[in-house]
Amino acid sequence: MRKLMSNRLVVPAFLALLVVALAFVMPSNFYFRVAALVWISALAVIGLNLLMGFAGQVSLGHAGFFGLGAYSVAILPAQFGLHPVIALIAGAAGCALLAFVVGRPILRLKGHYLAVATLGFGILVSMVISNEAWLTGGPDGMPVSRLTLFGWRARGADTWYWITGGLMVVGALLAVNLVASPTGRALRALHDSEVAARVVGVDVARYKLIVFVISAIYASVAGSALALVNGFITPDAAGFLHSIQLVTMVVLGGMGSILGSVVGAAVLVVLPQVLTVFHEYEHLMLGFMMMAFMILLRSGIVPSLSTLIAGRRA
Amino acid sequence: MANFWNKIGRAAATSVAVLALGAAAHAADTIKIGSSLSMTGPASFLGDPEGKTLEMYVEEINANGGVNGKQLELVVYDDAADANSARTFATRLVEDDEVIAVVGGSTTGATMAMVPVFEDAGIPFISLAGAVVIIDPVKEYVFKTPHTDRMACEKIFEDMKKNDISKIGMISGTGGFGKSMRGQCMDVAGNYGIEILADETYGPKDADMTPQLTKIKGTHGIQAVVNPGFGQGPAIVTRNYRQLGIDVPLYQSHGVASKSFIDLAGEAAEGVRLPAAALLVAEKLPDDDPQKAVVTGYKTKYEETTGEPVSTFGGHAYDGLMILVEAMKRAGSEDPAAIRDEIEKTQGFIGTGGTVNMSAEDHLGLDLSAFKMLEIKDGDWTIVN
Repeated sequence: MRKLMSNRLVVPAFLALLVVALAFVMPSNFYFRVAALVWISALAVIGLNLLMGFAGQVSLGHAGFFGLGAYSVAILPAQFGLHPVIALIAGAAGCALLAFVVGRPILRLKGHYLAVATLGFGILVSMVISNEAWLTGGPDGMPVSRLTLFGWRARGADTWYWITGGLMVVGALLAVNLVASPTGRALRALHDSEVAARVVGVDVARYKLIVFVISAIYASVAGSALALVNGFITPDAAGFLHSIQLVTMVVLGGMGSILGSVVGAAVLVVLPQVLTVFHEYEHLMLGFMMMAFMILLRSGIVPSLSTLIAGRRA
Repeated sequence: MANFWNKIGRAAATSVAVLALGAAAHAADTIKIGSSLSMTGPASFLGDPEGKTLEMYVEEINANGGVNGKQLELVVYDDAADANSARTFATRLVEDDEVIAVVGGSTTGATMAMVPVFEDAGIPFISLAGAVVIIDPVKEYVFKTPHTDRMACEKIFEDMKKNDISKIGMISGTGGFGKSMRGQCMDVAGNYGIEILADETYGPKDADMTPQLTKIKGTHGIQAVVNPGFGQGPAIVTRNYRQLGIDVPLYQSHGVASKSFIDLAGEAAEGVRLPAAALLVAEKLPDDDPQKAVVTGYKTKYEETTGEPVSTFGGHAYDGLMILVEAMKRAGSEDPAAIRDEIEKTQGFIGTGGTVNMSAEDHLGLDLSAFKMLEIKDGDWTIVN
């Protein structure tokens, strides 16, 4: 069991299977859309989980990168006539550069200080997006031109289901490989104890920066995907609440678990849709269920459940 | 191992079943209309009265026998002013609830995110949000009921023209509302021969606007000042305005058309002019005003049912629902395309926002008579014309 789970292909293969299998049981486009939103959030959450779960650094500003990715596919094609795919890559590259520049000073901070610094970064991005109305459309948002690939126009929730599902599986594959690489081992050493990691010769600052940049790229690509799926983007995507939501998904699904990232995203995207049956008590139920999850499954859904299953079998 | 995969499989099956539970059974003897409103979150001051209004009137319509002999069924979701979830709920209304029409969209962002869904599905959508982009350019299936900020500017400039004012100063809030209205005012000022000599702005959280107003006061030749803004900013502007002893007329926007503005600005509010919907001055309307019966009726019902003071935002929802219901009656069917055609043919509908005359080129259908020019006298509103 453990041996199988540790194989770096198992989790991505399972996710790919899940994407394909779910497509056969979807009753309508609405379900395809919800699933596509799950895949998009999962992609951002996998990136954030690399930072939080493996390297042990908190970021409360990840929606900032998400928003930059989203607005780059909105603005670059509209203003400079770039193809959306190029805009997506440009956005990701821009976010990587920004994360590199911002990350160097910020990642010298630890714990609460780091959290506050990333929080400040996120709020800054969201303020710029809300205020530069000539470029971003301000608080009312802006339209995003549809994606066309070789004359084929991507539209419809089912099309986007496959595109976002594919992105998510690739993201998971890359993440699993990163974790299993020497860099991943260095990151985990860093998570357990920065001092110990430094003593055995890990360049702490460098690895922190690498993973921060990688997680920014994940968030940016996820943001671009959301903008393209919706065809319209508002500053909420870059907002503080969205940052918190991403962190909650990481913690809920399980820190340091790639599968957990997907589960965490799925729970937080699907639950509000299911809970609409409670009308006014919707938010109460959501809060109650999240408390229940955190009390009963302390280390997140996936790690807690797999310990439980492993414990029963032993 | 097999055991483990069984468990995963079972978990997946359960979650799919839970998803399917969300889909309500489709009953053929009711007409389903949908809505996604910002009932919680930063725009709840819009979504809350809108949601209450829709539920209140659907209940009343059903008690009176429904529409075309069928009962209405209202499906409402709360998008908390998040454009992304508004979009998801729009998809859900179309694909899952299979509604035949939608009245909703509290904010411009949420509305614009939902528009492509309803356009693709061919479902008539009456928006309750302000900005002019919703209906300009015209979209086949999209309508809206609230007057636009462009019309507020035009109403103000019309009043200025009557009073021989042509050189003005502007001081605008930088929040979404103030920014949008400032742009619209700049755009239409030329049509009324109005020249904007000073253009100042303030942040939504600023506590003192004396520097900007001093600058306006020092600009030679200004005959009036316009303040597009929302919330407490305009009240501070009004107080500072009097403190500086500026004696030219001050025009506020419909954004401050609530009793709390008079309370906040106090005596400084005396003599301030602003455009506002008739609903605000329901009792003061002359008896021969065509809107009198509608606005007093709505106001009384809303205040009695909810125990809260009436707001123009709920009025937009009333107008949207009634325009839709009348179109459904005329169409005599539940075919969304037929209902769309009838909504577009709405003529002489009298709602809380004014008299609505729609056409293929105009999916709003309001003219400047939708606004009343008000002046604050003795701490209360008076109608100027």
